[in-house]
Amino acid sequence: MDFDNSKPIYLQIVDFFYENILAKRWHEEERIPSVREVAVMVEVNPNTAIRAFNYLQEQNVIYNKRGIGYFVSENGFNKVLDIKKIEFMEVILPDVFKKMRLLNVQFDEVKNSFDQYVNNIDHEKK
Amino acid sequence: MIQIDNIRFYYPNSKVILNNVSLHFTTGNIYGLFGKNGEGKSTLMKIMTGLLFPKAGYCRILNENTFKRSVKCLQDVFIVPEEFELPGVKISTYERVNSTFYPEFSKDQFYKLIKEFKLSIDQKISTLSFGQKKKVLIAFGIATNTRLLLMDEPTNGLDIPSKSQFRKIMASSVDQGKCIVISTHQVRDLHSLINHVVILDNSNVTFDQPLSTISEYLWFGKPNQDDRASIIYSETSYGGKAVLMRKDHDETEVDLELLFNAVISQPDQINAILKNMYHDERV
Repeated sequence: MDFDNSKPIYLQIVDFFYENILAKRWHEEERIPSVREVAVMVEVNPNTAIRAFNYLQEQNVIYNKRGIGYFVSENGFNKVLDIKKIEFMEVILPDVFKKMRLLNVQFDEVKNSFDQYVNNIDHEKK
Repeated sequence: MIQIDNIRFYYPNSKVILNNVSLHFTTGNIYGLFGKNGEGKSTLMKIMTGLLFPKAGYCRILNENTFKRSVKCLQDVFIVPEEFELPGVKISTYERVNSTFYPEFSKDQFYKLIKEFKLSIDQKISTLSFGQKKKVLIAFGIATNTRLLLMDEPTNGLDIPSKSQFRKIMASSVDQGKCIVISTHQVRDLHSLINHVVILDNSNVTFDQPLSTISEYLWFGKPNQDDRASIIYSETSYGGKAVLMRKDHDETEVDLELLFNAVISQPDQINAILKNMYHDERV
C-alpha cells in the first residue's frame, strides 16, 4: 500500500476497509482478514493494524467474535456510506467551494458538468 | 526484556561514543534506532549482544549480563550486522550447522522465507551477491525466533521488490513475545513498521518515545500563517514542512526524517513538550 504522508497510517488502513466494504468485496456478516493478515497485506506494524481495527469497532462497522475473528457488521455497508457521506460534505466539499471562489467558478457551470457526467455514465450503462 | 543502565563505551585511543546511556526495550515492539554516522548505533547493538564490553554500566537481557555471554542469554538473541562474513557452504548446510544454537529455531519458517526471497536452499552462499547473502541472514535471524532480534541496516543492499517483501515478512513475524530493534538510515523503507523511536546524539540518548505519543503531541506538515507561533522546527526550503505542537490539529503521520532533524536541532524543546503534556494530563 502506498501511504500518503499527511494522514496517520491507521486511518489510511480504515479507508482501505471502507473501500472494500463499499465496493462489496467484503460483505456484511462475513469474516474479514485478521489483524496479522492486514498488517502483512499493507506492510505495517501489527500494532498499527490493531489501532485501525479498534477504530472500526468503535464506529460499529466491524465486530469481533471471540476466538473466530472480525466480521463486517449487520448494516456495515450503510454505516460506511453514512461516514463517507459526512466526510464528503464536511471535508471534500468545503475544499471544492474554496477553489470555486478562488477561480471564480459559478455554480451553474459546476451543475452543467455534473449533469453531463451523469448523462455520460447513463449512456455507458445502456 | 533488555535493560541498559548507564553504559559508557569508547574504543582504544578515541573519544567516548556512548556516555551514560540508559534504555529499556520491551517485547511486542519494533524499535527504530537512529543517529548520525558514528554516533554509536552499531556499537550499542554489539554491546547488547555481548560482542563488546561496556567500560561502565550494565546491559542485561532477562536479568543476565550480556557480557557474561551465558548460553541462556545468547540463545535468545540474534543480530543481523551491517557487515558480515558467511561461510562458503550451501544454504541448507549453513542452516543445519547454525540452527542447533537456537532452541526455538523453525526449519519450516526458514525454508519458507528463503523461498519468499527467491533463493534456493541448494545455492552455495559463496556464489551469492551481497544482497542475497543479507537475505539469507535475515531469513535465518527471523527463523531463530529469538526474543530479541537486532538488525543493523537490514535494507541496505536489498533490491526494490525485496524491500516490500522485507516489510511483509517483518509485519508477519512480530508478536507480543518478541522485541525487534532496527538501526537504519533508510527511514522511508521502514517507517510503517517502527512503533518506537530512539535517537542517539552527542554520545547520549536524546530521544526515546513511542510513535503514538509523538503523533499525539506533534504535528507534521506544511504550516499555515496562523501556525507560525507554534512551529518547533521547519525546513528552510520553499514550501518546506515543519514540526508544530499539535494542539487541536488533526492527527498526522509522523514524518521520521523531519522528526530526526527536529530532534537533532531542538532536542530540549521537543522533549519538554512531550514531557509537559504528560504533566498537564495527569494534573
